[in-house]
Amino acid sequence: MAFSALTEKYSGKMGTLTFGSGDQAITVGGQAAMPFCTFDGEIPNKPIVAMEVYDVVDPEWPAAVVDPFKDVINDPIAWAKKNIDEYGAKAICLQLASTDPNGENKSADYAAELVSKMIEAISVPLVVWGSGNVEKDAEVLSKICEVNEGKNLLIGPAVEENYKKIAAACLGYGHNVVSQSPIDVNMAKQMNILISNLGLPMDKIIMEPSTGALGYGVEYSYSVMERISLAALAQNDEKMQCPITNDLGKECWKAREVKLTEEEEPAFGPDLEKRGVLWEAITGFDMLLAGSNLLIMRNPKAVKLVEECIDELLA
Amino acid sequence: MGLTGIQIFKLLPKTNCKECGSPTCLAFAMALAGGKAELDKCPYVSDEAKATLSEASAPPIRGVVIGTGDKAKKVGEELVFYRHEKTFLNPTAIACLVTDAMDDAEVDAKIDNLNNVQFERVGLTLEADLLAVRCVSGDAGKFEALVKKALGATEKGLIIMADDFAALEAGAKAASGKGALLYAATADNCDQVAALAKETGASVVAKGASIEEVADFTGKIVSGGVKDIVIDAGARDIKSMFYNDNQIRRAALKAKNRDLGFPTIDLVCDMTDDPYKEAMLASLAIAKYGAIVVMSDIDKERMLPLFVQRLNIYTDPQRPMVMDEGIYEINKPGPDSPVIITTNFALTYFIVAAEIEASRVPTWLLIMDVEGMSVLTAWSAGKFVADAMAPFVVKSGIRDKINHNKIIIPGYVAQISGEFQEELGSDWEVVIGTREASDIPAFLKAL
Ligand code: B12
Ligand code: SF4
Repeated sequence: MAFSALTEKYSGKMGTLTFGSGDQAITVGGQAAMPFCTFDGEIPNKPIVAMEVYDVVDPEWPAAVVDPFKDVINDPIAWAKKNIDEYGAKAICLQLASTDPNGENKSADYAAELVSKMIEAISVPLVVWGSGNVEKDAEVLSKICEVNEGKNLLIGPAVEENYKKIAAACLGYGHNVVSQSPIDVNMAKQMNILISNLGLPMDKIIMEPSTGALGYGVEYSYSVMERISLAALAQNDEKMQCPITNDLGKECWKAREVKLTEEEEPAFGPDLEKRGVLWEAITGFDMLLAGSNLLIMRNPKAVKLVEECIDELLA
Repeated sequence: MGLTGIQIFKLLPKTNCKECGSPTCLAFAMALAGGKAELDKCPYVSDEAKATLSEASAPPIRGVVIGTGDKAKKVGEELVFYRHEKTFLNPTAIACLVTDAMDDAEVDAKIDNLNNVQFERVGLTLEADLLAVRCVSGDAGKFEALVKKALGATEKGLIIMADDFAALEAGAKAASGKGALLYAATADNCDQVAALAKETGASVVAKGASIEEVADFTGKIVSGGVKDIVIDAGARDIKSMFYNDNQIRRAALKAKNRDLGFPTIDLVCDMTDDPYKEAMLASLAIAKYGAIVVMSDIDKERMLPLFVQRLNIYTDPQRPMVMDEGIYEINKPGPDSPVIITTNFALTYFIVAAEIEASRVPTWLLIMDVEGMSVLTAWSAGKFVADAMAPFVVKSGIRDKINHNKIIIPGYVAQISGEFQEELGSDWEVVIGTREASDIPAFLKAL
């Protein structure tokens, strides 16, 4: 029996989302095929990696994280610029860790102003990520939306408990929202429905399935995303056709496999940089292979590895 | 089984003698089609019918075992494209390459890594599987010596790689009876290599420049008496590797193409000199249908993420990974260290343990068997509840290790604290922890 290539044709395709403004805007999504299956259908937009910057840094961060940014780590704007100029970041994700009530508990006004300054200072699209505290994020993120009206930012995470306020602010002030759900296909869909019922169109929503790092639930994220992608493509389920993002940098770099020194765990080996970079890069690659459109990552070397794979697979 | 009940019925004796345990031949045929009976139960079925039935019931991708004994490794037999459809069965085999151009020290170091780099996780030992021994000298004698050395140095299965037939033959004969995988049979020499494999009890890689080319001659190898075939369709870059592994699986599963119904091998060691990039290529093989991946070294820092990825991708999505019930010591706890209780869902354990470790606060972690459910799931299922937890805590013996009486429960089950306190009695004080594990370090430090 000779070989003839088999292709899959799907009735649906993933929707798109555009964030940023003017000629620096980026569009993600729109694929009519499963990840990298260019032989099945069109993949019009390459997946993008947004490089993280934090407004406050955990002193426990391993050297492999700190070293590339040593000189700018206390200045998120300089850090963002370094990511863009030196490491070629295509987008920036500002992680507002300082607003966490269990941490520095900085105010919504502070955060909104920082975002304004960031927009002024950088030339690529901006993702703004809250601390993950449900009540505080509602306050902080909606303030950011208001103060930076019309900048077409990507803002999140909005979860079941606070989406009303965050999504309404995105709608009112011209931004996009990250819809986060707990590793579950039905809940992901439910969140999209709830948010679009508020009036935000589907092309302003991106899903975040609660990303787990390698060894910390990556397999759940992976299968949920494959199932979302198949629902969007094969079943043409309109409520599943929002692109997907993964907030994975912070998940990867807190893994014990990344942090422990050789003295603490001899089996893991002495080169912490290599371990950490690959922990993040392979997690990112797995997410891409499961259907991610936008990765949020930290280490420049890991970003470069992942981007190289994207470029070569879509060449 | 690929045949319907009716198709199978046509092949049976139709005497309804009942000896198989079914009332009629038709009933037996239906049971066979549904996978509920074994063909052997019918003593009267003809050899011809047997052959037809076993052919139809052969897995669409052949299972190939490399090596012998405890360390033998099976690849192939996959049935699906996505792990949520049905568990991926045989995890990608990771092989380490040595060549006869390397000096002894280098070969020894690599074999040492292959044998010894391993990690314990969820009660499993994660390790690499195979040694690829390659002839680059063109010298059959030199190559044979390396194969012999390899056989003495590792119990893992061998891939014997030589372009030159004389060298391949010398290597294969040296490893005769060891279940080696011979690399490779090509369109030109497949009869010869198949004969060698048959003689030495080996399996064979069918290698070509494209899937078309390979599909053309795997049938000849089978006719030569060797069914255990692995495919190398010539990919030497990431894009064609992705394409080949994907299309070969489609051909096998969707088109039932017997000529391509074999596991694949990805020589990522030949695709890049950069160890990081090589790891990325290996991770692609693990996720997207590579059955064997050959790497240039088995170093700890690259294997840790790759083995964990492989474990994650190949676990049963329906059945969570679990930890053993018991007391786990984190950061060397002593009598005055805090005690935390949570479930034996491996994911919960890893997240909680990592946060405790990060806090550097010495802590006793009590892991309770709730059939691998998360905290809230186990609570909803009535397993992580006061009247089950209290006896477990008492039985665990934790009390003998500490000089205080506090036990910390996950914040998500704060509602059980009163009842749990009652069940444990005044001997204990139940403390409600944070909801999210990420807040554990701050919580422990503030205790
Ligand atoms: C995946 C899942 C399942 C899987 C099971 C996976 C598993 N192995 O447990 C399946 C599909 C089988 C399942 C079944 C059910 N589930 Co369920 N499930 C989930 C889901 C989506 C994720 C659970 C998970 O994996 N969490 C990740 C782990 C790591 O979380 P965790 O164990 O809680 O650990 C975290 C914290 O608790 C903390 N922590 C853990 N230990 C400790 C200890 C201390 C001291 C501290 C401080 C912190 C701490 O750290 C971790 C990270 O922050 C949740 C939704 C959710 N948001 O959680 C629902 C959820 C838990 N399920 C729920 C329910 C009701 C059920 C079912 C009863 C029926 C149903 N609706 O499906 C059944 C029960 C099972 C049974 N056999 O009867 C409800 C529970 C409702 C409630 N509030 O009590 C939830 C919350 C969904 C919902 N919103 O309705 N479920
Ligand atoms: S034993 Fe064979 S012949 Fe007899 S009833 Fe069963 S299937 Fe029919």
